[in-house]
Amino acid sequence: MSERSNRIIVTVVGHDRTGIIAETSRVLADAGANIVDISQTLLGEFFVMILLADMTHAAIGLDALKLQLRGKAAQLGLRIDAQHEDVFKFMHRV
Amino acid sequence: MRSVHFEPEEILETVKMVQMENLDIRTITMGISLRDCAHPDLAQSAQRAYEKICRYAERLVSVGDQLQSEYGIPIINRRISVTPIALVAESSAADDYVAMAQALDRAAVAVGVNFIGGFSALVHKGLTPGDRKLIDSLPQALAVTERVCASINVASTRAGINMSAVSRMGEIILECASATAHRDGLGCAKLVVFCNAVEDNPFMAGAFHGIGEPECVINVGVSGPGAVLSAVRRAPEADLGELAAIIKRTAFKITRMGELIGRRASERLGIPFGIVDLSLAPTPAQGDSVAQILEAMGLERVGTHGSTAALAMLNDAVKKGGAMASSHVGGLSGAFIPVSEDIGMIEAAQAGTLTLDKLEAMTCVCSVGLDMIAVPGDTPATTLAAIIADEAAIGMINRKTTAVRIIPAPGKTVGDWVEFGGLLGRAPVMAVHRQSSQDFVRRGGRIPAPIQALNN
Repeated sequence: MSERSNRIIVTVVGHDRTGIIAETSRVLADAGANIVDISQTLLGEFFVMILLADMTHAAIGLDALKLQLRGKAAQLGLRIDAQHEDVFKFMHRV
Repeated sequence: MRSVHFEPEEILETVKMVQMENLDIRTITMGISLRDCAHPDLAQSAQRAYEKICRYAERLVSVGDQLQSEYGIPIINRRISVTPIALVAESSAADDYVAMAQALDRAAVAVGVNFIGGFSALVHKGLTPGDRKLIDSLPQALAVTERVCASINVASTRAGINMSAVSRMGEIILECASATAHRDGLGCAKLVVFCNAVEDNPFMAGAFHGIGEPECVINVGVSGPGAVLSAVRRAPEADLGELAAIIKRTAFKITRMGELIGRRASERLGIPFGIVDLSLAPTPAQGDSVAQILEAMGLERVGTHGSTAALAMLNDAVKKGGAMASSHVGGLSGAFIPVSEDIGMIEAAQAGTLTLDKLEAMTCVCSVGLDMIAVPGDTPATTLAAIIADEAAIGMINRKTTAVRIIPAPGKTVGDWVEFGGLLGRAPVMAVHRQSSQDFVRRGGRIPAPIQALNN
Protein backbone atom coordinates (compact mmCIF):
# COMPACT_ATOMS: atom_id res chain seq x y z
CA MET A 1 0.00 0.00 0.00
CA SER A 2 1.48 3.30 -1.02
CA GLU A 3 1.33 5.16 2.27
CA ARG A 4 2.17 8.50 0.75
CA SER A 5 -0.07 8.58 -2.28
CA ASN A 6 -1.69 11.89 -2.94
CA ARG A 7 -4.51 10.64 -5.03
CA ILE A 8 -8.18 11.25 -4.66
CA ILE A 9 -11.25 9.49 -5.93
CA VAL A 10 -13.98 11.68 -7.35
CA THR A 11 -17.43 10.18 -7.72
CA VAL A 12 -20.14 11.68 -9.85
CA VAL A 13 -23.64 10.24 -9.50
CA GLY A 14 -26.82 11.34 -11.24
CA HIS A 15 -28.84 11.12 -14.42
CA ASP A 16 -26.77 11.00 -17.59
CA ARG A 17 -26.50 14.17 -19.62
CA THR A 18 -24.16 15.80 -22.10
CA GLY A 19 -20.96 17.31 -20.83
CA ILE A 20 -20.58 15.66 -17.43
CA ILE A 21 -17.05 14.45 -18.16
CA ALA A 22 -16.02 17.73 -19.75
CA GLU A 23 -17.36 19.88 -16.94
CA THR A 24 -15.95 17.77 -14.14
CA SER A 25 -12.57 17.42 -15.85
CA ARG A 26 -12.46 21.19 -16.29
CA VAL A 27 -12.78 21.77 -12.53
CA LEU A 28 -10.01 19.25 -11.85
CA ALA A 29 -7.76 20.65 -14.57
CA ASP A 30 -8.20 24.20 -13.31
CA ALA A 31 -7.21 23.02 -9.85
CA GLY A 32 -4.07 21.36 -11.23
CA ALA A 33 -5.27 17.86 -10.34
CA ASN A 34 -4.12 15.33 -12.91
CA ILE A 35 -6.71 12.75 -13.94
CA VAL A 36 -5.03 9.32 -13.83
CA ASP A 37 -7.96 7.11 -14.63
CA ILE A 38 -11.63 7.42 -15.39
CA SER A 39 -14.46 4.95 -15.59
CA GLN A 40 -18.18 5.18 -16.02
CA THR A 41 -20.97 2.77 -15.56
CA LEU A 42 -24.70 2.56 -15.04
CA LEU A 43 -25.87 1.35 -11.64
CA GLY A 44 -29.60 0.90 -11.93
CA GLU A 45 -30.99 4.14 -13.25
CA PHE A 46 -27.96 6.16 -12.21
CA PHE A 47 -24.99 7.21 -14.21
CA VAL A 48 -21.85 6.79 -12.13
CA MET A 49 -18.49 8.22 -13.08
CA ILE A 50 -15.40 7.55 -11.03
CA LEU A 51 -12.22 9.56 -11.55
CA LEU A 52 -8.86 8.92 -10.00
CA ALA A 53 -6.85 12.12 -9.78
CA ASP A 54 -3.37 12.93 -8.56
CA MET A 55 -3.18 16.00 -6.34
CA THR A 56 0.63 16.16 -6.12
CA HIS A 57 0.86 19.28 -8.25
CA ALA A 58 -2.53 20.72 -7.40
CA ALA A 59 -2.70 24.44 -6.80
CA ILE A 60 -5.42 24.09 -4.16
CA GLY A 61 -6.19 21.72 -1.27
CA LEU A 62 -8.80 19.00 -1.21
CA ASP A 63 -11.18 21.17 0.81
CA ALA A 64 -11.16 23.96 -1.76
CA LEU A 65 -11.47 21.48 -4.61
CA LYS A 66 -14.47 19.86 -2.93
CA LEU A 67 -16.17 23.24 -2.70
CA GLN A 68 -15.66 23.83 -6.40
CA LEU A 69 -16.90 20.36 -7.27
CA ARG A 70 -19.96 20.93 -5.11
CA GLY A 71 -20.66 24.15 -6.98
CA LYS A 72 -20.37 22.34 -10.28
CA ALA A 73 -22.60 19.52 -8.99
CA ALA A 74 -25.33 21.98 -8.07
CA GLN A 75 -25.09 23.55 -11.50
CA LEU A 76 -25.35 20.19 -13.29
CA GLY A 77 -27.95 18.68 -10.93
CA LEU A 78 -25.61 15.85 -9.92
CA ARG A 79 -23.88 14.66 -6.81
CA ILE A 80 -20.08 14.94 -6.77
CA ASP A 81 -17.87 13.74 -3.89
CA ALA A 82 -14.11 13.60 -3.50
CA GLN A 83 -12.13 11.62 -0.94
CA HIS A 84 -8.54 10.55 -0.45
CA GLU A 85 -7.76 7.22 -2.10
CA ASP A 86 -6.55 5.70 1.19
CA VAL A 87 -10.10 5.77 2.54
CA PHE A 88 -11.13 3.25 -0.11
CA LYS A 89 -7.97 1.20 0.20
CA PHE A 90 -8.45 0.81 3.93
CA MET A 91 -12.13 0.09 3.76
CA HIS A 92 -12.10 -2.48 1.00
CA ARG A 93 -8.64 -4.07 1.09
CA VAL A 94 -6.69 -5.60 3.94
CA MET B 1 -10.22 1.01 -13.62
CA ARG B 2 -7.18 -1.23 -13.20
CA SER B 3 -4.90 1.23 -11.51
CA VAL B 4 -7.11 1.50 -8.43
CA HIS B 5 -8.76 -1.91 -8.41
CA PHE B 6 -12.01 -0.75 -6.92
CA GLU B 7 -15.42 -1.75 -8.11
CA PRO B 8 -17.88 1.10 -8.56
CA GLU B 9 -20.11 -0.56 -5.94
CA GLU B 10 -17.29 -0.38 -3.41
CA ILE B 11 -16.63 3.27 -4.10
CA LEU B 12 -20.28 4.16 -3.83
CA GLU B 13 -20.70 2.16 -0.64
CA THR B 14 -17.96 4.19 1.04
CA VAL B 15 -19.34 7.48 -0.19
CA LYS B 16 -22.79 6.51 1.05
CA MET B 17 -21.56 5.46 4.49
CA VAL B 18 -19.91 8.81 5.04
CA GLN B 19 -22.46 11.07 3.36
CA MET B 20 -25.72 9.44 4.35
CA GLU B 21 -25.17 7.05 7.24
CA ASN B 22 -23.25 9.21 9.72
CA LEU B 23 -20.08 7.13 9.53
CA ASP B 24 -17.52 9.04 11.50
CA ILE B 25 -14.59 8.75 13.81
CA ARG B 26 -16.12 9.47 17.18
CA THR B 27 -12.93 10.48 18.91
CA ILE B 28 -9.18 10.77 18.69
CA THR B 29 -8.09 10.61 22.29
CA MET B 30 -4.55 11.41 23.37
CA GLY B 31 -3.50 9.63 26.54
CA ILE B 32 -0.89 11.55 28.54
CA SER B 33 0.96 10.31 31.60
CA LEU B 34 1.04 12.83 34.43
CA ARG B 35 3.05 10.58 36.73
CA ASP B 36 5.97 13.03 36.63
CA CYS B 37 3.73 15.92 37.69
CA ALA B 38 3.46 15.00 41.35
CA HIS B 39 4.65 17.69 43.80
CA PRO B 40 4.23 18.36 47.53
CA ASP B 41 2.48 21.61 46.61
CA LEU B 42 -0.76 20.91 44.70
CA ALA B 43 -0.66 24.28 42.93
CA GLN B 44 2.74 23.40 41.48
CA SER B 45 1.59 19.90 40.61
CA ALA B 46 -1.43 21.39 38.81
CA GLN B 47 0.80 23.85 36.96
CA ARG B 48 3.08 21.02 35.82
CA ALA B 49 0.10 19.03 34.62
CA TYR B 50 -1.28 22.04 32.76
CA GLU B 51 2.02 22.72 31.02
CA LYS B 52 2.60 19.11 30.09
CA ILE B 53 -0.88 18.66 28.61
CA CYS B 54 -0.55 21.87 26.61
CA ARG B 55 2.86 20.79 25.33
CA TYR B 56 1.84 17.28 24.25
CA ALA B 57 -1.60 18.12 22.91
CA GLU B 58 -0.75 21.41 21.24
CA ARG B 59 -1.30 20.02 17.74
CA LEU B 60 -3.98 17.42 18.54
CA VAL B 61 -6.89 19.54 17.34
CA SER B 62 -5.19 20.91 14.21
CA VAL B 63 -4.00 17.46 13.13
CA GLY B 64 -7.52 16.14 13.68
CA ASP B 65 -8.90 18.92 11.51
CA GLN B 66 -6.30 18.24 8.82
CA LEU B 67 -7.09 14.51 8.68
CA GLN B 68 -10.79 15.20 8.61
CA SER B 69 -10.52 17.40 5.58
CA GLU B 70 -7.94 15.26 3.80
CA TYR B 71 -9.78 11.98 4.15
CA GLY B 72 -13.27 13.37 4.09
CA ILE B 73 -14.24 11.42 7.22
CA PRO B 74 -15.75 13.54 9.99
CA ILE B 75 -13.80 13.34 13.25
CA ILE B 76 -16.29 14.42 15.87
CA ASN B 77 -14.18 14.82 19.00
CA ARG B 78 -10.58 15.36 20.01
CA ARG B 79 -10.06 14.44 23.63
CA ILE B 80 -7.43 13.83 26.26
CA SER B 81 -7.10 11.23 28.99
CA VAL B 82 -4.60 11.51 31.82
CA THR B 83 -3.19 9.38 34.63
CA PRO B 84 -5.76 8.88 37.40
CA ILE B 85 -5.40 12.12 39.32
CA ALA B 86 -5.52 10.43 42.72
CA LEU B 87 -2.08 8.98 41.89
CA VAL B 88 -0.68 12.34 40.78
CA ALA B 89 -2.12 14.55 43.51
CA GLU B 90 -1.57 12.20 46.40
CA SER B 91 2.00 13.42 47.04
CA SER B 92 0.63 16.85 47.87
CA ALA B 93 -0.53 17.98 51.26
CA ALA B 94 -3.72 19.51 49.89
CA ASP B 95 -7.04 18.53 51.46
CA ASP B 96 -8.94 18.51 48.19
CA TYR B 97 -8.01 18.27 44.54
CA VAL B 98 -10.40 20.80 43.01
CA ALA B 99 -7.44 22.98 41.94
CA MET B 100 -6.12 20.06 39.89
CA ALA B 101 -9.50 19.63 38.18
CA GLN B 102 -9.47 23.33 37.34
CA ALA B 103 -5.98 23.04 35.85
CA LEU B 104 -7.16 20.15 33.66
CA ASP B 105 -10.17 22.22 32.60
CA ARG B 106 -7.94 25.15 31.66
CA ALA B 107 -5.61 22.86 29.72
CA ALA B 108 -8.59 21.39 27.82
CA VAL B 109 -9.72 24.89 26.87
CA ALA B 110 -6.16 25.91 25.91
CA VAL B 111 -5.66 23.02 23.47
CA GLY B 112 -9.28 23.04 22.28
CA VAL B 113 -10.54 19.60 23.33
CA ASN B 114 -14.13 19.23 24.54
CA PHE B 115 -13.46 16.70 27.31
CA ILE B 116 -10.49 15.62 29.41
CA GLY B 117 -10.83 12.39 31.37
CA GLY B 118 -8.87 11.06 34.30
CA PHE B 119 -10.08 12.82 37.42
CA SER B 120 -10.08 9.27 38.65
CA ALA B 121 -9.22 6.81 41.38
CA LEU B 122 -8.91 3.03 41.39
CA VAL B 123 -10.33 1.78 44.67
CA HIS B 124 -11.57 -1.72 43.93
CA LYS B 125 -9.71 -3.12 46.91
CA GLY B 126 -9.46 -0.11 49.17
CA LEU B 127 -8.80 3.60 49.48
CA THR B 128 -5.58 5.50 50.09
CA PRO B 129 -5.81 9.00 51.59
CA GLY B 130 -5.37 10.40 48.06
CA ASP B 131 -8.23 8.29 46.72
CA ARG B 132 -10.45 9.49 49.54
CA LYS B 133 -9.60 13.14 48.88
CA LEU B 134 -10.25 12.76 45.18
CA ILE B 135 -13.65 11.15 45.79
CA ASP B 136 -14.57 13.85 48.31
CA SER B 137 -13.54 16.51 45.76
CA LEU B 138 -15.84 15.17 43.02
CA PRO B 139 -19.02 17.21 43.65
CA GLN B 140 -17.20 20.53 43.62
CA ALA B 141 -14.66 19.56 40.95
CA LEU B 142 -17.43 18.57 38.53
CA ALA B 143 -19.50 21.64 39.36
CA VAL B 144 -16.77 24.24 38.82
CA THR B 145 -15.32 22.67 35.66
CA GLU B 146 -16.93 22.17 32.26
CA ARG B 147 -14.73 19.67 30.47
CA VAL B 148 -13.32 17.45 33.19
CA CYS B 149 -14.60 13.87 33.38
CA ALA B 150 -14.21 11.62 36.39
CA SER B 151 -14.29 7.90 36.97
CA ILE B 152 -13.94 5.64 39.98
CA ASN B 153 -13.20 1.93 39.69
CA VAL B 154 -14.94 0.21 42.60
CA ALA B 155 -14.75 -3.44 41.59
CA SER B 156 -12.86 -5.99 39.54
CA THR B 157 -13.07 -9.68 38.78
CA ARG B 158 -9.79 -10.26 40.62
CA ALA B 159 -10.52 -8.10 43.65
CA GLY B 160 -14.28 -8.33 44.11
CA ILE B 161 -16.49 -5.35 44.91
CA ASN B 162 -15.46 -2.69 47.39
CA MET B 163 -18.90 -2.14 48.88
CA SER B 164 -17.72 0.61 51.20
CA ALA B 165 -16.59 2.57 48.14
CA VAL B 166 -19.84 1.71 46.34
CA SER B 167 -21.81 3.04 49.28
CA ARG B 168 -19.77 6.24 49.31
CA MET B 169 -20.30 6.70 45.57
CA GLY B 170 -24.06 6.59 46.10
CA GLU B 171 -23.72 9.59 48.39
CA ILE B 172 -21.25 11.34 46.09
CA ILE B 173 -23.55 11.01 43.08
CA LEU B 174 -26.34 12.70 45.03
CA GLU B 175 -23.95 15.47 46.07
CA CYS B 176 -22.80 15.92 42.45
CA ALA B 177 -26.43 16.25 41.36
CA SER B 178 -27.13 18.75 44.08
CA ALA B 179 -24.00 20.81 43.26
CA THR B 180 -25.21 21.09 39.64
CA ALA B 181 -28.95 21.19 40.39
CA HIS B 182 -29.53 24.25 38.20
CA ARG B 183 -28.33 22.19 35.22
CA ASP B 184 -30.37 19.04 35.86
CA GLY B 185 -27.49 17.40 37.73
CA LEU B 186 -25.02 17.70 34.84
CA GLY B 187 -22.11 16.85 37.17
CA CYS B 188 -23.33 13.25 37.29
CA ALA B 189 -23.14 12.98 33.50
CA LYS B 190 -19.38 13.47 33.82
CA LEU B 191 -18.89 10.76 36.46
CA VAL B 192 -18.61 7.02 35.76
CA VAL B 193 -18.43 4.28 38.39
CA PHE B 194 -16.67 1.23 36.95
CA CYS B 195 -16.08 -2.44 37.49
CA ASN B 196 -13.05 -3.74 35.55
CA ALA B 197 -12.18 -0.30 34.13
CA VAL B 198 -9.85 -0.45 31.13
CA GLU B 199 -6.67 1.59 30.84
CA ASP B 200 -6.95 2.61 27.19
CA ASN B 201 -10.58 3.63 26.77
CA PRO B 202 -10.83 6.61 24.41
CA PHE B 203 -14.51 7.30 25.17
CA MET B 204 -15.78 9.76 27.73
CA ALA B 205 -16.73 10.10 30.46
CA GLY B 206 -14.77 7.02 31.54
CA ALA B 207 -11.42 7.61 29.84
CA PHE B 208 -8.21 7.68 31.84
CA HIS B 209 -4.59 6.95 30.96
CA GLY B 210 -3.78 3.73 32.82
CA ILE B 211 -0.58 3.10 34.70
CA GLY B 212 0.54 0.41 32.23
CA GLU B 213 0.33 2.87 29.35
CA PRO B 214 3.29 4.64 27.73
CA GLU B 215 4.19 8.31 28.23
CA CYS B 216 1.80 9.40 25.51
CA VAL B 217 -0.47 7.47 23.14
CA ILE B 218 -3.16 7.96 20.51
CA ASN B 219 -6.34 5.92 20.84
CA VAL B 220 -9.25 6.08 18.45
CA GLY B 221 -12.93 5.41 19.00
CA VAL B 222 -14.98 4.60 15.93
CA SER B 223 -18.68 5.02 15.55
CA GLY B 224 -21.15 3.98 12.91
CA PRO B 225 -24.51 2.75 14.23
CA GLY B 226 -26.01 4.48 11.17
CA ALA B 227 -24.01 2.35 8.73
CA VAL B 228 -24.92 -0.86 10.57
CA LEU B 229 -28.57 0.23 10.72
CA SER B 230 -28.71 0.77 6.96
CA ALA B 231 -27.06 -2.59 6.31
CA VAL B 232 -29.57 -4.37 8.57
CA ARG B 233 -32.51 -2.55 6.99
CA ARG B 234 -31.35 -3.65 3.55
CA ALA B 235 -31.67 -7.30 4.62
CA PRO B 236 -35.22 -7.79 5.94
CA GLU B 237 -35.33 -11.42 4.80
CA ALA B 238 -31.91 -12.52 6.06
CA ASP B 239 -31.85 -15.15 8.79
CA LEU B 240 -29.86 -14.30 11.91
CA GLY B 241 -26.72 -16.09 10.78
CA GLU B 242 -26.72 -14.12 7.55
CA LEU B 243 -27.52 -10.95 9.43
CA ALA B 244 -24.55 -11.52 11.75
CA ALA B 245 -22.31 -11.83 8.69
CA ILE B 246 -23.70 -8.57 7.27
CA ILE B 247 -23.03 -6.77 10.55
CA LYS B 248 -19.50 -8.21 10.70
CA ARG B 249 -18.70 -6.94 7.23
CA THR B 250 -20.02 -3.48 8.04
CA ALA B 251 -18.14 -3.37 11.36
CA PHE B 252 -14.98 -4.32 9.51
CA LYS B 253 -15.32 -1.35 7.18
CA ILE B 254 -16.14 1.07 9.96
CA THR B 255 -13.18 -0.09 11.99
CA ARG B 256 -10.81 0.22 9.04
CA MET B 257 -11.56 3.94 9.03
CA GLY B 258 -10.56 4.10 12.68
CA GLU B 259 -7.35 2.24 11.89
CA LEU B 260 -6.56 4.62 9.01
CA ILE B 261 -7.17 7.79 11.01
CA GLY B 262 -5.39 6.42 14.08
CA ARG B 263 -2.27 5.50 12.12
CA ARG B 264 -2.16 8.82 10.33
CA ALA B 265 -2.75 10.83 13.50
CA SER B 266 -0.01 8.87 15.21
CA GLU B 267 2.46 9.54 12.37
CA ARG B 268 1.72 13.24 12.20
CA LEU B 269 1.86 13.80 15.92
CA GLY B 270 4.91 11.57 16.36
CA ILE B 271 3.13 9.69 19.12
CA PRO B 272 2.62 5.91 19.24
CA PHE B 273 -0.70 4.48 18.12
CA GLY B 274 -2.45 2.61 20.92
CA ILE B 275 -5.74 1.01 20.00
CA VAL B 276 -8.95 1.28 18.06
CA ASP B 277 -11.98 0.94 20.27
CA LEU B 278 -14.55 -1.06 18.31
CA SER B 279 -17.63 0.45 19.77
CA LEU B 280 -20.96 1.33 18.28
CA ALA B 281 -21.41 4.72 19.89
CA PRO B 282 -24.79 6.28 19.21
CA THR B 283 -25.59 9.98 19.15
CA PRO B 284 -28.94 11.69 19.56
CA ALA B 285 -29.04 12.20 15.76
CA GLN B 286 -31.81 10.38 13.91
CA GLY B 287 -30.49 7.14 12.39
CA ASP B 288 -27.36 7.07 14.57
CA SER B 289 -28.97 4.76 17.10
CA VAL B 290 -28.08 1.33 18.46
CA ALA B 291 -31.68 0.87 19.63
CA GLN B 292 -32.92 1.34 16.08
CA ILE B 293 -30.57 -1.44 14.90
CA LEU B 294 -32.20 -3.81 17.38
CA GLU B 295 -35.60 -2.67 16.14
CA ALA B 296 -34.52 -3.17 12.52
CA MET B 297 -33.55 -6.71 13.51
CA GLY B 298 -37.23 -7.31 14.19
CA LEU B 299 -38.18 -5.95 17.61
CA GLU B 300 -41.20 -3.67 17.70
CA ARG B 301 -39.51 -1.58 20.37
CA VAL B 302 -36.20 -1.97 22.14
CA GLY B 303 -36.68 -3.24 25.68
CA THR B 304 -39.23 -5.87 24.72
CA HIS B 305 -38.52 -9.60 24.96
CA GLY B 306 -35.71 -10.57 22.61
CA SER B 307 -33.77 -7.35 23.15
CA THR B 308 -31.00 -9.05 25.10
CA ALA B 309 -30.55 -11.76 22.47
CA ALA B 310 -30.53 -9.26 19.60
CA LEU B 311 -28.02 -7.06 21.42
CA ALA B 312 -25.78 -10.03 22.22
CA MET B 313 -25.61 -10.94 18.57
CA LEU B 314 -25.02 -7.37 17.46
CA ASN B 315 -22.26 -6.85 20.01
CA ASP B 316 -20.49 -10.07 19.11
CA ALA B 317 -20.72 -9.46 15.36
CA VAL B 318 -19.28 -5.96 15.78
CA LYS B 319 -16.31 -7.39 17.67
CA LYS B 320 -15.72 -10.19 15.18
CA GLY B 321 -15.78 -7.82 12.22
CA GLY B 322 -13.76 -5.14 13.95
CA ALA B 323 -11.07 -7.40 15.38
CA MET B 324 -10.00 -8.39 11.87
CA ALA B 325 -9.82 -4.76 10.77
CA SER B 326 -7.38 -3.36 13.27
CA SER B 327 -3.88 -4.28 14.35
CA HIS B 328 -4.65 -3.35 17.96
CA VAL B 329 -8.10 -3.49 19.43
CA GLY B 330 -8.78 -2.28 22.94
CA GLY B 331 -10.75 0.09 25.06
CA LEU B 332 -14.34 -0.84 25.79
CA SER B 333 -15.10 -2.36 22.39
CA GLY B 334 -18.80 -3.12 22.28
CA ALA B 335 -22.15 -1.56 21.55
CA PHE B 336 -23.05 1.31 23.86
CA ILE B 337 -26.63 1.70 25.00
CA PRO B 338 -26.70 5.09 26.72
CA VAL B 339 -30.28 6.23 27.19
CA SER B 340 -29.97 9.99 26.77
CA GLU B 341 -27.61 9.76 23.79
CA ASP B 342 -29.68 7.40 21.62
CA ILE B 343 -32.96 8.47 20.06
CA GLY B 344 -34.35 4.92 19.99
CA MET B 345 -33.50 4.34 23.65
CA ILE B 346 -35.10 7.65 24.59
CA GLU B 347 -38.32 6.73 22.78
CA ALA B 348 -38.44 3.25 24.32
CA ALA B 349 -37.85 4.63 27.82
CA GLN B 350 -40.55 7.22 27.28
CA ALA B 351 -42.97 4.58 26.04
CA GLY B 352 -42.24 2.52 29.14
CA THR B 353 -40.99 -0.49 27.15
CA LEU B 354 -37.44 0.03 28.33
CA THR B 355 -37.13 -0.19 32.09
CA LEU B 356 -34.10 -0.02 34.32
CA ASP B 357 -34.36 -3.75 34.98
CA LYS B 358 -34.36 -4.63 31.29
CA LEU B 359 -31.47 -2.26 30.68
CA GLU B 360 -29.51 -4.02 33.40
CA ALA B 361 -30.14 -7.36 31.71
CA MET B 362 -29.00 -5.94 28.38
CA THR B 363 -25.75 -4.70 29.91
CA CYS B 364 -24.82 -8.34 30.61
CA VAL B 365 -24.14 -8.82 26.90
CA CYS B 366 -22.78 -5.51 25.70
CA SER B 367 -20.55 -2.63 26.60
CA VAL B 368 -20.72 -0.85 28.92
CA GLY B 369 -23.41 -0.54 31.55
CA LEU B 370 -26.21 1.64 32.84
CA ASP B 371 -25.20 4.73 30.94
CA MET B 372 -26.79 8.17 31.08
CA ILE B 373 -29.84 7.08 33.02
CA ALA B 374 -31.92 9.77 34.71
CA VAL B 375 -33.76 8.69 37.86
CA PRO B 376 -35.92 10.65 40.33
CA GLY B 377 -34.05 13.28 42.33
CA ASP B 378 -35.28 11.82 45.61
CA THR B 379 -33.69 8.43 44.96
CA PRO B 380 -31.84 7.50 48.19
CA ALA B 381 -28.04 7.24 48.10
CA THR B 382 -28.30 3.63 49.19
CA THR B 383 -30.51 2.80 46.20
CA LEU B 384 -27.98 4.44 43.85
CA ALA B 385 -25.27 2.40 45.56
CA ALA B 386 -27.30 -0.78 45.17
CA ILE B 387 -27.75 -0.07 41.44
CA ILE B 388 -23.97 0.34 41.17
CA ALA B 389 -23.45 -2.89 43.13
CA ASP B 390 -25.75 -4.83 40.79
CA GLU B 391 -23.94 -3.55 37.73
CA ALA B 392 -20.52 -4.19 39.27
CA ALA B 393 -21.60 -7.75 40.08
CA ILE B 394 -22.45 -8.34 36.42
CA GLY B 395 -19.01 -7.11 35.39
CA MET B 396 -17.20 -8.99 38.12
CA ILE B 397 -18.82 -12.35 37.40
CA ASN B 398 -18.71 -12.04 33.60
CA ARG B 399 -15.12 -10.72 33.49
CA LYS B 400 -16.16 -7.63 31.57
CA THR B 401 -16.22 -3.89 32.05
CA THR B 402 -19.45 -2.52 33.42
CA ALA B 403 -20.22 0.98 34.52
CA VAL B 404 -22.90 3.22 35.94
CA ARG B 405 -23.43 6.80 34.89
CA ILE B 406 -26.66 7.77 36.58
CA ILE B 407 -28.27 11.14 37.18
CA PRO B 408 -30.65 11.57 40.12
CA ALA B 409 -32.26 14.65 38.54
CA PRO B 410 -32.79 17.26 41.25
CA GLY B 411 -36.45 18.10 41.84
CA LYS B 412 -37.62 15.78 39.07
CA THR B 413 -39.63 12.62 39.04
CA VAL B 414 -40.80 9.90 36.66
CA GLY B 415 -42.25 11.48 33.52
CA ASP B 416 -40.06 14.59 33.73
CA TRP B 417 -37.12 15.16 31.41
CA VAL B 418 -33.50 16.13 31.89
CA GLU B 419 -31.80 18.18 29.19
CA PHE B 420 -28.04 18.26 28.82
CA GLY B 421 -27.79 19.24 25.18
CA GLY B 422 -25.15 18.33 22.62
CA LEU B 423 -23.75 14.80 22.63
CA LEU B 424 -25.06 14.19 26.16
CA GLY B 425 -28.61 14.57 24.89
CA ARG B 426 -31.84 14.42 26.87
CA ALA B 427 -33.58 11.67 28.80
CA PRO B 428 -36.87 10.87 30.48
CA VAL B 429 -36.63 10.22 34.22
CA MET B 430 -36.98 6.46 34.74
CA ALA B 431 -38.50 4.69 37.71
CA VAL B 432 -36.42 2.88 40.32
CA HIS B 433 -37.71 0.33 42.83
CA ARG B 434 -38.92 2.08 45.95
CA GLN B 435 -38.13 -0.82 48.29
CA SER B 436 -35.02 -0.12 50.36
CA SER B 437 -31.58 -1.64 49.83
CA GLN B 438 -30.20 0.33 52.73
CA ASP B 439 -29.34 -2.44 55.15
CA PHE B 440 -27.50 -4.38 52.45
CA VAL B 441 -25.45 -1.39 51.31
CA ARG B 442 -24.69 -0.19 54.84
CA ARG B 443 -22.97 -3.46 55.70
CA GLY B 444 -19.95 -2.16 53.77
CA GLY B 445 -16.79 -4.25 53.45
CA ARG B 446 -15.90 -6.13 50.30
CA ILE B 447 -17.76 -8.71 48.27
CA PRO B 448 -15.02 -11.33 47.75
CA ALA B 449 -13.55 -12.02 44.33
CA PRO B 450 -15.49 -14.73 42.53
CA ILE B 451 -14.22 -18.21 41.80
CA GLN B 452 -12.86 -18.39 38.25
CA ALA B 453 -13.78 -21.97 37.49
CA LEU B 454 -17.08 -23.87 37.64
CA ASN B 455 -18.51 -21.34 35.21
CA ASN B 456 -22.25 -21.81 35.36
